[in-house]
Amino acid sequence: MLDVREASVSFDGTPVLDHVSLTVDRGETLALLGPSGSGKSTLLRVIAGIVVPDSGTVVLDGCDITAMPTHRRSVGMVFQDEQLFPHLSVGDNVAFGLKVAGVGSAERRRRAGELLEDAGLGGFADRSVGNLSGGERKRVALARSLAPNPTVLLLDEPLTGLDRALHDRLAPELAALLRRRGTTAIWVTHDRSEAASVASRTIELIAPAAAPAAAPAALGQTIESAHTES
Amino acid sequence: MDRGVDASRARKLTSARANRLPTWFRVAVAAPPAVFLTLFYVWPFATLVVRGLSGPDALDVLSRQRTWEVLWFTTWQAAASTALTVLVGLAPAWATARYEFPGRRLLLSTLTAVFVLPTVVIGAAMIAVLPADLERSVWAILAAHVVFNLAVVVRTVGTTWAVIPTDLEHAARTLGATPWRTFRLVTLPVLMPAIAAAASIVFLFTFTSFGVVRVLGGARHATLEVEVWRRATQLGDIAGASTLALLQLLALAAVVMWGSAVQRRTATTLDGHADRRTRPTGRLRWQVGSAAALCALIVAVPLLALVERSFWQGDRYSLAGWRSLGNNEIRPGLQLGIDPLGALWRSITTAAWATVFALCIGTVAVIAISTLGRRSGKVLDTGLMLPLGTSAVTIGFGMLITFDRDPVDWRSSWWLVPVGHALVATPFVVRNSMAVVRSQPIDQRHAAATLGAAPLRAWASTTLPALRRPLATGAGLAAAISLGEFGATSFLSRSGAETLPIAIDRLLGRTGRLFQAQAFALSTILAVATIVLVVAIDAGGDRARRS
Repeated sequence: MLDVREASVSFDGTPVLDHVSLTVDRGETLALLGPSGSGKSTLLRVIAGIVVPDSGTVVLDGCDITAMPTHRRSVGMVFQDEQLFPHLSVGDNVAFGLKVAGVGSAERRRRAGELLEDAGLGGFADRSVGNLSGGERKRVALARSLAPNPTVLLLDEPLTGLDRALHDRLAPELAALLRRRGTTAIWVTHDRSEAASVASRTIELIAPAAAPAAAPAALGQTIESAHTES
Repeated sequence: MDRGVDASRARKLTSARANRLPTWFRVAVAAPPAVFLTLFYVWPFATLVVRGLSGPDALDVLSRQRTWEVLWFTTWQAAASTALTVLVGLAPAWATARYEFPGRRLLLSTLTAVFVLPTVVIGAAMIAVLPADLERSVWAILAAHVVFNLAVVVRTVGTTWAVIPTDLEHAARTLGATPWRTFRLVTLPVLMPAIAAAASIVFLFTFTSFGVVRVLGGARHATLEVEVWRRATQLGDIAGASTLALLQLLALAAVVMWGSAVQRRTATTLDGHADRRTRPTGRLRWQVGSAAALCALIVAVPLLALVERSFWQGDRYSLAGWRSLGNNEIRPGLQLGIDPLGALWRSITTAAWATVFALCIGTVAVIAISTLGRRSGKVLDTGLMLPLGTSAVTIGFGMLITFDRDPVDWRSSWWLVPVGHALVATPFVVRNSMAVVRSQPIDQRHAAATLGAAPLRAWASTTLPALRRPLATGAGLAAAISLGEFGATSFLSRSGAETLPIAIDRLLGRTGRLFQAQAFALSTILAVATIVLVVAIDAGGDRARRS
């Protein structure tokens, strides 16, 4: 359903992505694994349209969206540092995508409430985002990105920076939430066990300098690892 | 936590009685600044309040239609100037905060240089650049205020804009917001506290605008400040002017309170660090380029026009304006009454004396504040800052109506103008130096004491050397302030003894190409002198930071 074909990006002459291709099927959660500097975040940004690739294409549901502006792609994203809007309440953060889609305010409130409930944050709607705990911030960020029902959801190291106990509790919780809603997702992480626990399939990205020797030509920079059942 | 413990321990150590500086010394250093402040600020201010409130005149002034017209004009021109400055400043704030491009630093320093230019110079620059039918209109006043205050918006808003993560905007885009709605719903609200802060500063400056409105307002447009001056010096209505000055103070207090209330209400916390400034690419290059170019044009063109017009003689370029600066005869035997070169000389000597006064009072005050007990030090510190919160017009007016009878009839004393300037400049000297004194580790003094230095000796050998650089900076600022000071000087200078800004204003008020060219030439000199001083101060500060 989502196809990235031979995407290449370089910043100031340094290659960050080198002919990377990957495919995600409808409803599956794909884990994207790789060390820091391997271009995981950049790949997500190419899919979201925040970074324009130097070459290659991004195809979503048979449509070439490589040149389409971010806001028309229906690609959601959970940022590593959440990027919650500091001037809005928790409820208004979650309802943001509905607001810009033109949903009426009563309906927005109802759906934001539902999503918060689903994310285990019932009754948080009127709180300020300034005094949430780390785990609560992650849940709000996920609920916010799910609200406009994106075709694909990108999660950029959504659990990095949390303590171990919270991490282990939250990982299956978020994964279950994605599965319940049937969301197609790419989950970026550098943690192999996290990848195995949340995704049905894992792809590993290797830093571009090492790519030609290590990767099979057809896949460019990526290595596909064994399917995991979960 | 640790710092707190340390600080309280340090306080205990310094308050150990035996290690204190001798009492006679502390009284001796506290007395001069206290007397200076009381004599030249508190007393004139009290006189002003008494005159302003006394008798039926106060009610009479308030019942005049003219008063309310002036108050209305003051308010709406300030609001319009503020709105325009914010509007014009947003794009360059965005460009300079987010992107790295050639000339970025030059643009920011030019903005700052324009901001410190004397008001009269900005007024003259507007007359130089605008067509004749606009040069004494409301439009000229608004334009001057925008040029003048652009730095406040670009700097204040830019600082916040630089720390808004670009990913915050990307987050909005991935949720389906168009670029415009992203700006409207995310960027603008997050910037709001900075915009409110900048706007309240600009409003304050333009509400109390005196020099610009004097030069550009003509007879029709007057702010409260200008009206106070007109009443007091042109119409001789001292009581009415005092009442207006009080009205102005009340309005000002309201503005300040409103400003801080707005900032409190819109305050949001931004977490995250500044993203590195990037070089714009593609279509962004045009947008960043045009934002920066437009901003550069707005501030640079009036100043360039000023220089150009100083050579213009109506139909050709000539050096006549500059050549005639030393000669105040219009034609043989006919005197002009304003001596341009004389004004330049008087400005230099006035600035020198004002700097000496501000430096003496400031240094002694810094010593006093840092050696007095916490409470009395605080009182002196706050007291010396008061002139900063009072408009120069109020200060000058207060001095004019206080020192006009024996035994304090000092109106014709040469030192009254420099003292007025020193009053305005001393807060800067003190602020600059106190920061350095406060950052000095207290242990340095204890180290000197353990080496056998008596308290006074220990203090002199540690604190005095550290004061040298901030005092030099303060001296530069004082000189720059004095050179351009127009508000207080308008009340205190005698005719025949004009300083540069006064001479420029009077020359601009006359018809005749030569006078205009002379005014532009003097403005150019004043602008260059101010910029040179400020650049020197900046360079000194840079060197200090590096070492």
